Amino acid sequence: MSVEVKNLTKIYQTQKAVDQISFEARSGEILGFLGPNGAGKSTTMKMITGFLTPTSGEIKVCGLSVNENSLEARKLIGYLPEHNPLYLDMYVREYLQFVEQIHKLPKSASRINDLIELIGLGKEQHKTIGALSKGYRQRVGLAQALIHDPKVLILDEPTSGLDMNQLVDIRKVIQELGKNKTLIFSTHIMKEVEELCDRVLIINNGQIVADDTIQVLQSKVAGEFQLAISFVQGSPDMAAFKKIRGVKKVEKSGRYLLINYDKNVEIKTEVFQLCAQNNWVIDEMKTSALSVEDIFQKLTK
Amino acid sequence: MYSIFLKEINSYFSSLIAYIVIAVFLVSTGLFIWVFSDTSILEYNFATLEQLFSIGPLVFLFLIPALTMRSFSEEKQRGTIEFLHTKPLTDSDIIMGKFFANFLLVLFALLPTLIYYYSVYQLGAPVGNLDSGEIIGSYIGLCFLAGAFVAIGLLASALTENQIVAFILAAFLSFLVHWGFAYISVAPVFYGGFDDLIDKLGMQYHYVSISKGALDSRDVIYFLGVITIFLAATHTVLDKRKW
Repeated sequence: MSVEVKNLTKIYQTQKAVDQISFEARSGEILGFLGPNGAGKSTTMKMITGFLTPTSGEIKVCGLSVNENSLEARKLIGYLPEHNPLYLDMYVREYLQFVEQIHKLPKSASRINDLIELIGLGKEQHKTIGALSKGYRQRVGLAQALIHDPKVLILDEPTSGLDMNQLVDIRKVIQELGKNKTLIFSTHIMKEVEELCDRVLIINNGQIVADDTIQVLQSKVAGEFQLAISFVQGSPDMAAFKKIRGVKKVEKSGRYLLINYDKNVEIKTEVFQLCAQNNWVIDEMKTSALSVEDIFQKLTK
Repeated sequence: MYSIFLKEINSYFSSLIAYIVIAVFLVSTGLFIWVFSDTSILEYNFATLEQLFSIGPLVFLFLIPALTMRSFSEEKQRGTIEFLHTKPLTDSDIIMGKFFANFLLVLFALLPTLIYYYSVYQLGAPVGNLDSGEIIGSYIGLCFLAGAFVAIGLLASALTENQIVAFILAAFLSFLVHWGFAYISVAPVFYGGFDDLIDKLGMQYHYVSISKGALDSRDVIYFLGVITIFLAATHTVLDKRKW
């Protein structure tokens, strides 16, 4: 087990930021931290990386206690803090050499070259960090976390504020890295969790409200499917759909009418008949399991 | 420690900071030694570098806080302090790296003043008619003083995210430690009682003592003590994040 967290608690003055959290992360696993702002994601990560000391509880990284063997544990961790703090007046290469030196690694141009290649910093490597766009800065932050080939990678919102193309690129890198490391990352973007994570940890008010694979979460929490219908013409009456047996919720979202229903009941026939009777011409109709987004909302509201 | 030291030195010399600090120090002390008629040795007619050593602490009082104010404040404000604290570096590594980098830069500013020494040496009649022992002592005193001011500056910088606050705090603390005690000691309350003791608590007493050219171990211990106390305090302040 590369990261073990037991009964972790952090109290700021009077506020409990993290409350008795326990979880584990295995090697070769991508663990997603999900939760609303202020839920305790960052605080937990800051404690794992040794920046903050827990009020109580225990953290072990590859068997080493973070509190007792802080320096040794830090050597095993690569960490990208939230907001990605960087020395803006340094050159990209100069900065990576500085990090190399901090880790007391022997000077190696090939290590930095390989890293720049892997992260896709090639074109920008001779600029100062301050001259880089946000996406490239994020890559520099990732490169900094990876330079000593850590066993555990902790990324606090690595994709916040990136555009679509940058998102796709960074996700690819994360996916690649997750294959042979323990990777914990936090995010607000649900799609990312669905796409990348093997396991999801949903945190709310400092407590873990879910710790499962996405598939299990979907079946466990949901228990319902969603039917999305769009119409060519007619203005469907939402109340009429609610009367169908098994329907739990009807709402409008854009051009779709979303109907949540019990997954053990088949409602499509009735819905179709209802629409046909009222001359609401259907353009599209599809069923889906609840997305992580819905699960997230359900658990954290 | 070395990595931090190197990073700090590099950032000073790759920006304008180092050059400005060195230039300002040289110009301001140079003006007092050669130009201003009240203090210029050309008017004074004595071969001495006294002006450098009496004006030096005053220039350091502004220059060193300006140098050290960013040390921790900037790291805190930009969040890079989190980066440093999560790398395999102890707090002492970070503090000592920054201390030596700042100290070295001040020494770099002090180094060219040897040209003043050489000039005065040559201008003396006969040539070389100046008390070199006293000057060596004064240089050593100035180095210790710079070290103490840097340590004070680091503490002030660790206390706040705001560089201006760090500057003012450092300058004020430095003033207090260097001159403050001497001013307090002359208060009538202490007359004939604690005045001597209070005077000795201040840095000026020991600075003047070293400047006389006799290196007393008590003065050296005093300066090293002051530096240690302020660096230890900085360590405590950095540690506070864990409380």
